Amino acid sequence: MTLHGIDYAIIAIYFVFVLGIGAALKRFMKTSLDFFESGRSLAAWITGLAFISANLGAQEVIGMAASGAKYGIMTSHFYWVGAIPAMIFVGVFMMPFYYGSRAHSVPEYLRLRFDEKTRALNAISFAIMTLFSSGISMYVMGRLFQLLLGWDINVSIVVSAAVVLVYILLGGLTSSIYNEVVQFFLIVFGFLPLAVVGIMAAGGWTGLQERLGPVATNAGFAAGAWTQSWQHMGSPQANPMGVEWFGMAMGLGFVLSFGYWCTDFLVIQRAMAAKSMNAARRTPLLAAIPKMFFPFLVILPGMIAIALLPAGAFVFNGKTDYNMAMPLMLQKFYPPGLLGLGLTALLASFMSGMAGNVTAFNTVWTYDIYKAYLHPNAGEADYMRMGRIATVVGTLASIATAYVAMMFGNIMDLLQLVFSFINAPLFATFLLGMFWARATANGAFWGLISGTLAAATHYGLTGVGAEAASRLHMYPSDMAQNFWGAIWAWSTCFVVTIVVSLVTRPRDGADLKGLVYSLTPRITEEGIAWYRRPAVLAIVVGVLTVGLNVYFW
Amino acid sequence: MSLDLRLPLGLLFAVLGLLLTAYGLLGNAAVYAVSLGINVNLWAGLGMLAFGALMLAGVWLGTKGTKPE
Repeated sequence: MTLHGIDYAIIAIYFVFVLGIGAALKRFMKTSLDFFESGRSLAAWITGLAFISANLGAQEVIGMAASGAKYGIMTSHFYWVGAIPAMIFVGVFMMPFYYGSRAHSVPEYLRLRFDEKTRALNAISFAIMTLFSSGISMYVMGRLFQLLLGWDINVSIVVSAAVVLVYILLGGLTSSIYNEVVQFFLIVFGFLPLAVVGIMAAGGWTGLQERLGPVATNAGFAAGAWTQSWQHMGSPQANPMGVEWFGMAMGLGFVLSFGYWCTDFLVIQRAMAAKSMNAARRTPLLAAIPKMFFPFLVILPGMIAIALLPAGAFVFNGKTDYNMAMPLMLQKFYPPGLLGLGLTALLASFMSGMAGNVTAFNTVWTYDIYKAYLHPNAGEADYMRMGRIATVVGTLASIATAYVAMMFGNIMDLLQLVFSFINAPLFATFLLGMFWARATANGAFWGLISGTLAAATHYGLTGVGAEAASRLHMYPSDMAQNFWGAIWAWSTCFVVTIVVSLVTRPRDGADLKGLVYSLTPRITEEGIAWYRRPAVLAIVVGVLTVGLNVYFW
Repeated sequence: MSLDLRLPLGLLFAVLGLLLTAYGLLGNAAVYAVSLGINVNLWAGLGMLAFGALMLAGVWLGTKGTKPE
């Protein structure tokens, strides 16, 4: 892939603006509230777009196109099943407790609702996971640009990290959020033409269906396996993902999706920066509207790639690598100009993914580790200074992790596995914490620990394919094993939390006001226009999502 | 009060839109063989320009309508 002057010009203009936004925000960063929480002043459309963009890192653009090529339209389950329902739930039911409790972070909510040890467990594991995901995304970016454009991987990593560092130091969370919104529109303008031109080249949706028929039958599935999202989910053998509908709906749609969208501070932090309770609640709901159409931007190009490109196009060094689906499509259909825009959108998504992790890290570090355990009674200026130090240290640690990823690919796989064990049970804790006043601190803590142990045990006892001969149970695919592991972890956490809570002493109801559903006054929506009411938005989003599922059934 | 996001957002997309529109109008048309003969730079450029202008118009109307704090 070669770039022209115009492409470099577009990339350069983007960098100038990104740094310019940081510089322009500097004078508004007066207190730690401004730096860590954007002064709780942002409009819902801004926090909403940031809510989905923070999650729109390396995995989404490259990975979803890869899955589109590998699994077809079933990949849309990661949106229409594995994201939107959870986004509706967090907006309507959970946001009142995050925003209303005046906690600075998700771990701090756990301290208010339960106790210090539950918070420490969550804060420390979140901080470590955040740094690793930031480093992994940096490494993925460096390698991609090395492969595509021959850019030196060290230069890519250091330059992008330096830019992210500068704009966060200058403008804090607001900088990160603003750049996430910019990135959102770059992704839309950069990838929409690809989807449009690609689908035209494939002969429209019907043309694409015809071309994907042989792809499915050659792989040993029914002709519609790549273009029908639910019809082949009766048994795991009938679809390329190797998952049946129950594992999909419960494992991905319930446990993993709610565990991420409803408890991960990276995304929740965006909503907590909103200017009012109503804006905070509408954040994930407004985010859900573009989110539900993202499959057309990121999955469709992957499906078109597998339909139009020769099979050999995906083979690199003798191995099939679907991660090249999106770059190959850019190469095939984009002239100079749009190519620069598409690559800028990719760069922006990698960088803002990293920035999202760094801003979540500096907040959790400063409020939940430094302020909580290391230096409780320091002044405002000290926390602000620590936030800046944490930003530098977090960025440096991310770079270090990127190099660890480069040198020991297997260690990273292992770490991500361990992180999935930690995340799987989380939603059970939050669900019981927010909706069952009887849940106690010890219940939550031991529930989380046993849920993580259950996930690890499940992984040890089961296997996939041939390796599973000596194991207790064999799953048809990694994905099925992953989804079922999450179901076991969640259920274990749920049961253990209830049992331990029932034998431990409950907290006084008066302490739980604003933290638990039954003890919190309902939010009044009087005086709010109907189209600004979360419930109305939730219904619209829900109906549209069901419609999309039915259309591509 | 903080920086109105619509300002840098509008400026960025207006600049990028102008650049792509100009490139689409003045550049070599042969490069569009890859994109089915469609001048995608021109279309994308016009779209971005319109979006940028919309954001800037919002900022302008906003400053006219509200009193400075």
